[in-house]
Amino acid sequence: MTKSILLVGVGGQGTILASKLLTTGLMEAGYDVKMSEIHGMSQRGGSVSSQIRYGNRVESPVIEIGGADILVSFEKMEALRWLKYLKPTGKVVVNNYEINSMPILSGRVDYPAGILEELSSKVDTTVIDAARIATELGNFKVMNVIILGVIIKSMGLTEINWEAIIRENVKPQFVELNWRALNAGMNLV
Amino acid sequence: MRKLLTGNEAIARGAWEAGVKYASAYPGTPSTEILETTALYVDDILAEWAPNEKVAIEAVIGASFAGARTFAAMKHVGVNVAADPLFTFSYTGVNGGMVLISADEPGYHSSQNEQDNRNYAKFAKIPMLEPSDSQESKDMMKSAFSISEKYNTPVLLRMTTRVCHSKSIVECGERDEVGIMEYTKSLDKFPIPAFVGGMRARVEERQVLLKDFSNQTELNFFEWNDCQVGVIASGACYKYAKEVFGDTVSYLKLGFTNPLPDEKIREFCSKVEKVYVIEEVDPYIEEVVRILGFDCFGKNLFPNTGEMTPDTIRKAIYGKTFDHVETEASKVVPRPPILCAGCPHRGFFVGLKNRKNIVVASDIGCYSLGFADPYKVGDWCVCMGASMSSGHGAQQVFDMVENSNKRVVSILGDSTFLHSGMNSLLDVVYNGSKTVNVILDNRITGMTGHQENPASGYTLQGKKTKEINLEKLVRALGFEHVMVINPNDITAVQHALDWALSLDEASVIITRWPCVLKTLSTEDKNEFKEVFKNKCTVLEEKCTGCRACIRTGCPALFLDKANKKVSIDVNSCVGCEVCLQVCKLDAIVKVGV
Ligand SMILES: Cc1ncc(C[n+]2csc(CCOP(=O)(O)OP(=O)(O)O)c2C)c(N)n1
Repeated sequence: MTKSILLVGVGGQGTILASKLLTTGLMEAGYDVKMSEIHGMSQRGGSVSSQIRYGNRVESPVIEIGGADILVSFEKMEALRWLKYLKPTGKVVVNNYEINSMPILSGRVDYPAGILEELSSKVDTTVIDAARIATELGNFKVMNVIILGVIIKSMGLTEINWEAIIRENVKPQFVELNWRALNAGMNLV
Repeated sequence: MRKLLTGNEAIARGAWEAGVKYASAYPGTPSTEILETTALYVDDILAEWAPNEKVAIEAVIGASFAGARTFAAMKHVGVNVAADPLFTFSYTGVNGGMVLISADEPGYHSSQNEQDNRNYAKFAKIPMLEPSDSQESKDMMKSAFSISEKYNTPVLLRMTTRVCHSKSIVECGERDEVGIMEYTKSLDKFPIPAFVGGMRARVEERQVLLKDFSNQTELNFFEWNDCQVGVIASGACYKYAKEVFGDTVSYLKLGFTNPLPDEKIREFCSKVEKVYVIEEVDPYIEEVVRILGFDCFGKNLFPNTGEMTPDTIRKAIYGKTFDHVETEASKVVPRPPILCAGCPHRGFFVGLKNRKNIVVASDIGCYSLGFADPYKVGDWCVCMGASMSSGHGAQQVFDMVENSNKRVVSILGDSTFLHSGMNSLLDVVYNGSKTVNVILDNRITGMTGHQENPASGYTLQGKKTKEINLEKLVRALGFEHVMVINPNDITAVQHALDWALSLDEASVIITRWPCVLKTLSTEDKNEFKEVFKNKCTVLEEKCTGCRACIRTGCPALFLDKANKKVSIDVNSCVGCEVCLQVCKLDAIVKVGV
């Protein structure tokens, strides 16, 4: 059975590194893997997604409406924007972190209230606070790897040797930090 | 060796395996990483950024004539720029094999239009290949070189965003060191009218041979299952269709799509009861199916714009997508792309916005975003390099209108200026309009992800090279009124605009400050001391929540509505001081870190 993981967030939040580590791990574990990302304009602070699919044999690299097993959102409002891509029986993992978009920044509208309630009332939702944990670990930027830890645990992928994957893909001085971040993420769920 | 590669990385790998010696490109989403990855094969391939796509393909044509396997890569609209040499190259043919990669954008994720470049292959009468995933991207790159050399023709390899930017597993091979073919001078490469007739005839003969090839090659293949429904598809659409139908329908999978395999299409359409032609954008395959006399479901069922993702196919055929959870749309605020915190374009827009009687001819780059809130700077943009020329034409006409005091300010970036803006600026000085021309020089090609260009001082493969001096260049073109300023200094921006608008002749303003995402060179570090090393912070006791700073549109600033104070995110602020300058209460200060 093909599984679909939809990673969403805001350009610049590090979804690309998270999806790179994830797909590398999946391939080394012997799965057929496809991953789709849109680069370009949207990376300038727009809404971005990384779509990852794995199984015995994967055809389409993109996840369709109602097709994701898990929706992992690096930013709160983005979870709602992409919710229609989730299977009704799927899981949402949402980082309780807000990034204001331009209409909000310019004061025309407020950041929408009640998002977590809306999500929880409709689907199986786990709220995490990756920003706080990243700050506790001493580097705000590892928020993405904490979230990766959550995905690995939620999708039952803990058997893969993630330590080796991090070692191969992260600069030596950051390996330790990222490994701790990944474990912190796995312990959240 | 198995690797997880994007289509773009696989193309580079295929080029390397095919023995390519030379490649040239101009960046453009979704093609950019093709050359960036090719450049990593530094011992075997010379890979270069050209100033624009026409130059890129011309350099590659020369490399082919001289005997090397070579390729050029560009986004779909880049082929418009390169079309002139391409069409005649179809007549002259190659020496070393040549492949042109066109990266199209169904769904226009990062583009100004959605043109379908399969039409170019037909128009230029050259063979075309369409990979559907990374493995095929690599393999077809190698086939393309054999086809190019066998049939003496350039080959168009047509990708789309999802093939370029999706990763899948690729079985990699070794490099076939084909070497460089011998060069012999030949009038076949000289299309003056006296020789064109012969060349033209050879193109038609080639078409006949290529059609045979198309009918025979395994690049076009059948997958027979149940024959009630048959799907004809190429590229990413084939994978999407397989996702939806699996093994319940039969397929004619087309990898070689110009000329199309008429016999195979006939055979397929005769054997299945109902034909679906599933393709993005234009009815390119459908038209041929119909010309061959078969009815089919094509654009009468499937959309002619956007991507043909599985949900789109499902909706067209079954009337609905998979079940999914609906949400309250009002809870989701749009998130358009914006200028980064510390973007040097911001200071310029803040200095320019709200001026009366100004028409802004904009262009393609990060600064296109100036059209939106909160700057509203930008009346139009057309294509790369068009700001200064369209601005010129507009100014000439505004000047014909009695009592019009409209002044045109034309803006573009350093890379866009060197792409084709330079010719436009020549028009301004040659025909003498009084436009204000602004080069927003952020020292790099920003929008496409930071590629070197002739003004940045480095080549694609990291060699230090001559750095074009933009000020000297525009003076050499004949401009007398030229000013270079730091765009983060809003007073300097306003002063420069006042000065330029007071003149009755054309002027050039060059803003010079690096893009906040640029990896700074030694030269940058020497020139822009302390750049991005500081932060700004708000003195809470002085802030009244008036929003003046928020109106600079910087994503690092936010207003806490409860206590009416602005705060600045330390993780994204780089201390450009634009907000600090617009604060009338001195409530923002700079702190060193
Ligand atoms: C013909 C064509 N080629 C390439 C592109 C892709 N493209 C869009 S913006 C851009 C570069 C902009 O760089 P620059 O002018 O330096 O402005 P910046 O983004 O750095 O502000 C490119 C190459 C395009 N839109 N059209």
